[in-house]
Amino acid sequence: MKISINGKIQSFDEKILTFEDLIKEINLKGQRFAIERNGEIIPKSQFNEYTLNDGDKLEIIGAVGGG
Amino acid sequence: MDKNENQSEIFNIAGQTFKSRLLVGTGKYKDFRETKSAIDESGAEIVTVAIRRVNIGQDKDQPSLIDYLSPKNYTYLPNTAGCYTADDSVRTLRLARELLDGHKLVKLEVLGDSETLYPNVVETLNAAKILVKEGFDVMVYTSDDPIMAKQLEDVGCCAIMPLASLIGSGMGILNPWNLEIIIDRLSVPVIVDAGVGTASDASIAMELGCDGVLMNTAIAAAENPILMARAMKKSIEAGREAFLAGRMPKKLYQASPSSPTKGIIE
Repeated sequence: MKISINGKIQSFDEKILTFEDLIKEINLKGQRFAIERNGEIIPKSQFNEYTLNDGDKLEIIGAVGGG
Repeated sequence: MDKNENQSEIFNIAGQTFKSRLLVGTGKYKDFRETKSAIDESGAEIVTVAIRRVNIGQDKDQPSLIDYLSPKNYTYLPNTAGCYTADDSVRTLRLARELLDGHKLVKLEVLGDSETLYPNVVETLNAAKILVKEGFDVMVYTSDDPIMAKQLEDVGCCAIMPLASLIGSGMGILNPWNLEIIIDRLSVPVIVDAGVGTASDASIAMELGCDGVLMNTAIAAAENPILMARAMKKSIEAGREAFLAGRMPKKLYQASPSSPTKGIIE
């Protein structure tokens, strides 16, 4: 399964089913971030319910210093 | 404490009360430690943050802004810096709301071009309408056009934030007359955002009757940001108190001695 994350295409095996799985896989567990999939926000309370699809485009964002 | 002194202490935005009328950005500092020290020295309670892609594959233990400035201790004001359309800015702030657990207070800025960072007020107004409808409390960066400022108030923005001069320019208050018109005509808080270069600029904004000042580069790009943060804190307070005190009238050709004119030794 190929997924675009922040503009970079990455391949994942079939074990990665849900957003919860993905977050563990890409080492984001415990961090503060928000995810948008194909323009739609995935609520963090439901990361284990939403499943990923081949070709999904994800934006994963956080807060950084700015004015 | 009398009524006027009391007023200078309390500052209300979208139903929340604050003591400090200085709002600061968190960008351009040497490191997070300096960011935190400068902000604490400034006494600011509201801090702007930008929304950007997370660095995937980054060391998990590498500190983030949030580790230094806990959203429990500061009121975060996520911004839309870098957005050039209403759609992009709305998208950014929806993500910010999810990121910050339903946080509603946001700073909307829709830029017009990358050289001047001047606001695109048409896109700004369109975005403001959508965001207000979606329940955001919108503090909006805009030009110093009084008509535009009023329209942004009319669509429900909770604070109007006209520029003093271009973002990051440090050119100070270039059009105090426009700012005065805006302050006179609006009932929501007016906060000067962008252009302040040094402490006297912040005082001038407050003496004009602004409710607050938002700045980033003036502190972060000072040779000693911590000291400048302290200077800004004092200048905001001094400017506010001078405004409340009511300045003496200017008398161009009429000198008036401060000492008695009677009893001069002959």
